[in-house]
Amino acid sequence: MSSTALQAHNSTRATRGASLERAVEVLKEVIDAPIASYFSSCVHCGLCAEACLFYTETGEPKYTPIHKLEPLRRVWEREYTLLGRVKKWLGLSKPLTDEELGAWRELVYDSCTMCGRCSLVCPVGNDLVYMIRKLREGMALAGHAPPGVVAATRRTVEIGSPMGIRWPAVAAQIKHVEAETGLKVPIDQAGAEYMLLLSSMEIINFPEYLSAIARIMHVAGKTWTLCSEAFEATNSGIQIGVSDIARVIVARVVNAAERLQVKTVVSPECGHAYFALRWDGPNLMGRPFGFEVKHVLEVLDEFRVQGLIRTEGFEEGRLTFHDPCQIVRRGGVIEPQRHLMQMIARDFVEMDETGKYNWCCGGGGGVSANEEAEGLRLAAFKRKKAQLEACGAQTLVTACANCRIVLEEGLEHYQMALPVVGLTELVAKHLAQDDGRRQDEEG
Amino acid sequence: MNALEFLAWVRGPGLDLALAVFALGVVWRLIEIYTLGRKPDLAPPRRVPAASGWHTLWRRMLPPPGMFRRSPVSYVGGYVFHLGLAIVVFFFIPHIQLIKALLGLSWPGLPSPVIDAVTVVTLAAMVVVLIDRVRRPVKRYLSTFEDYFVWVLTFLPVLTGYLAVKHLWLPYTTMLALHILSAELLIALLPFTKLFHAFTAWGSRWFNGEINARRGVPV
Amino acid sequence: MNELQERLAWRGISRRGFLKYCTMLASLMALPPAAGQAMAEALARARRPAVIWLPFQECTGCLESITRSHTPTIEGLIFDALSLDYSETLMAAAGHQAEQALKRAVEDNAGRFILVIDGSVPTGLNGAYSCIAGRSNLDLLREVAPKAAVVIAMGSCAAFGGIPAARPNPTGAVAISEIVRDKPLVNIPGCPPIPVVMTGVIAHYLTFGSLPELDRLRRPRAFYGETIHDRCYRRPFYDRGLFAKSFDDEGARQGWCLFELGCKGPVTYNACAHVKWNDHTSFPIESGHGCIGCSEPGFWDAGGFYRPLSAPAGPLKLAAGAVAAGAAVGVAVAIANRARKGAARAAHVTATVADLEKADGGER
Repeated sequence: MSSTALQAHNSTRATRGASLERAVEVLKEVIDAPIASYFSSCVHCGLCAEACLFYTETGEPKYTPIHKLEPLRRVWEREYTLLGRVKKWLGLSKPLTDEELGAWRELVYDSCTMCGRCSLVCPVGNDLVYMIRKLREGMALAGHAPPGVVAATRRTVEIGSPMGIRWPAVAAQIKHVEAETGLKVPIDQAGAEYMLLLSSMEIINFPEYLSAIARIMHVAGKTWTLCSEAFEATNSGIQIGVSDIARVIVARVVNAAERLQVKTVVSPECGHAYFALRWDGPNLMGRPFGFEVKHVLEVLDEFRVQGLIRTEGFEEGRLTFHDPCQIVRRGGVIEPQRHLMQMIARDFVEMDETGKYNWCCGGGGGVSANEEAEGLRLAAFKRKKAQLEACGAQTLVTACANCRIVLEEGLEHYQMALPVVGLTELVAKHLAQDDGRRQDEEG
Repeated sequence: MNALEFLAWVRGPGLDLALAVFALGVVWRLIEIYTLGRKPDLAPPRRVPAASGWHTLWRRMLPPPGMFRRSPVSYVGGYVFHLGLAIVVFFFIPHIQLIKALLGLSWPGLPSPVIDAVTVVTLAAMVVVLIDRVRRPVKRYLSTFEDYFVWVLTFLPVLTGYLAVKHLWLPYTTMLALHILSAELLIALLPFTKLFHAFTAWGSRWFNGEINARRGVPV
Repeated sequence: MNELQERLAWRGISRRGFLKYCTMLASLMALPPAAGQAMAEALARARRPAVIWLPFQECTGCLESITRSHTPTIEGLIFDALSLDYSETLMAAAGHQAEQALKRAVEDNAGRFILVIDGSVPTGLNGAYSCIAGRSNLDLLREVAPKAAVVIAMGSCAAFGGIPAARPNPTGAVAISEIVRDKPLVNIPGCPPIPVVMTGVIAHYLTFGSLPELDRLRRPRAFYGETIHDRCYRRPFYDRGLFAKSFDDEGARQGWCLFELGCKGPVTYNACAHVKWNDHTSFPIESGHGCIGCSEPGFWDAGGFYRPLSAPAGPLKLAAGAVAAGAAVGVAVAIANRARKGAARAAHVTATVADLEKADGGER
């Protein structure tokens, strides 16, 4: 059998279910020039470990980011370097085994939130999180994604949301919000300027978000809508690392937004949802979108700059802001939240390492959905705990529902009494009720 | 083979061979690495990505905030031995003569006592960096045979160069020949070891800078 | 007063001057001052071991150096006075008479004479490249050397093969030490060697009955222990990075270091820089030319006299080919990689949630 025929045979055999062969094939697909350059550049200096809270908080060298990428490096070396091919041919290098991939699950999923901090410090410039994302393609197709993340992904694909929420639950929330605010929540309204997405977490745990948006949009005088077929912003496909599944999930939003002909899709207070739609989305779909994607913080800051919203009064006490990695370091929304914080807080302090250098809450990248990782996540939280203690904040503000849950659990675990609030809600809370535009006309 | 013949060999055929292996390896590996391609990023960028890629080339010369404190030896040792190597390699007059003979480029060199001092500091920094590699759990954990081998490969030319200039241990002619030989080993193996980061680190930084600048994050 | 002192006195050199010379010799060889006196006495003794000088494949430069570099040289006079029993060049006799003299000298002094040889030994064509009176140098050396007490290889040709042995070495020239393996042998390399080194070695042998301390290349350590560079008066310019860039630039006029003009001082072990030449007048570097390393083995083939020591010793023949070969290998690998990646992409089957677990129930 020729090697091509063998390959074809292997891939046929590998079409159903997870398998090592399929994993290797998909890794061969995703390995590209940046990855080859990154692996060729690594000098084993170990500085990426110093940027990873799973290493800094546990002291375990195995959590060094570059080490987590070893399976990917081996596939690259064996498949795409001449020396690696020669070694393979001479029998000097061992092929990747399923057991090894299995052993790496803890490193690739449990102890990595894809926060991307390591990518920021590598002296030779390696974008490590870029590689983790690609390695997860293979890990997942080898059947080595954590059960919790697999289950969340299945629910997202089959039910429509990682937490298993269906439209009726959202409709019930909407009724509640309409009663509370006295404002109409538009549904499936074609031609609206903004189409709003929600995260499951917001629907179940933080309904305040929807009412905050309803009030802000009203004051700003903007048309907006929810979509009954695409209300869920989160994308477990991105977290588990399977582009094919992520594409299915993101396509729901893209198709709905294009059908409703909205100008802008607003990603909610959720980190990876923004990344999935704004940065990965067009690449998953293989085309640019007919609409813009913005994070709600960007939208609020635009309203502020345009004078569409104003606030009254300030929050009591000292406030700090936790930067959600996927929105800030990975998403590029760095300044808006700081302007908005200034609007509602008199005593706003930054944590010691903040903005693009922030430390993760410890629950991103699917870790919060992964029961097996709970111990690690709580250990990693010690970093955030120390940061919070050092800055002396009395209220912790953030803009990601997942961060918020993880932060609340961490604070509870370490018995810290610190309220965690979403920034959108705070802005809504202090929203001046008079119409911003009218103010401008009078002034 | 007597010492002068040995020297003539390393200066002649040896150098030719080492430079040939180096050139072959560099061209081959650069093509091998950078032709692997990548998909175009279809998400509308926030910034001019390529410019930020170039910026990252320089930005990564400095430790990011908070990092120096976490691993001072890596940074101090790393800076000292990289800069030391650069000074010794590119500003010792006989080395400039070699570059002039090879490429036709030349520039003023530094006086011998300065080079001597820099060499000693460089050697010391390399020893410190090695000790750090052995003692620091993460570095020890990551280290393979290649890491130690490459350390020796880099250390030897500096050491033999110093011994030759200072007339220590072996007669100058022999030591000089050993120095050149060790440097030839270094350049011949550079494309095939992690030393190749001397070439690819720039590409890596550029990619990282370009990829993240699209999202509006100068990394 | 013996014959030597008479000769010296006749040429205007006093006994005191001769003694001073011997003391200088002793000090050059790092011997105690008393050794100078002993040397003077040994040189002046009426009965000394005979000296036989055989010229092989050579240019007579070595002999010229000793006898005619300037007038008068004490070395030359001493040399004259030594009982030179056979020297083609110096002796009055010629033809059969000369051959007869050699035969007699060897027989009369068997086991006791000092054999001085300048020139290399051609071994090609069974030694036919250099013959005296129909006999090859090789034959002659094989016959005479076993009967000598000690052998002095005078000059770079005798010591290391020198210019005759330079590539491509058409005559198959070799050093004396290649042929004479079982006699005390001292190499006095240089093209030519410094005269005082010659007298120093002979005086040492006459005085102490032994050769001075030798290094690995059998050179007297006292004269060949340091490099020209180490003792060069221009060394401070090297250390400060001040170099002449051409033979007529400002740097050359200022007397700066000649390293960039190809000076081989750093790899040349010899005494020129401190003993100097022509009655201690000067040496090549002082006259404005770099050292060519003439006393080192293989100096002729050491990469060019005017090429800096750190520059490549020869043309780079492989580099251009290597770049092309690298490009060829790189392109071949690139094509193979793209094919491999393309195959993986073509074989891609869209993943679904069913593919997140192994079909057979997997590991869990």
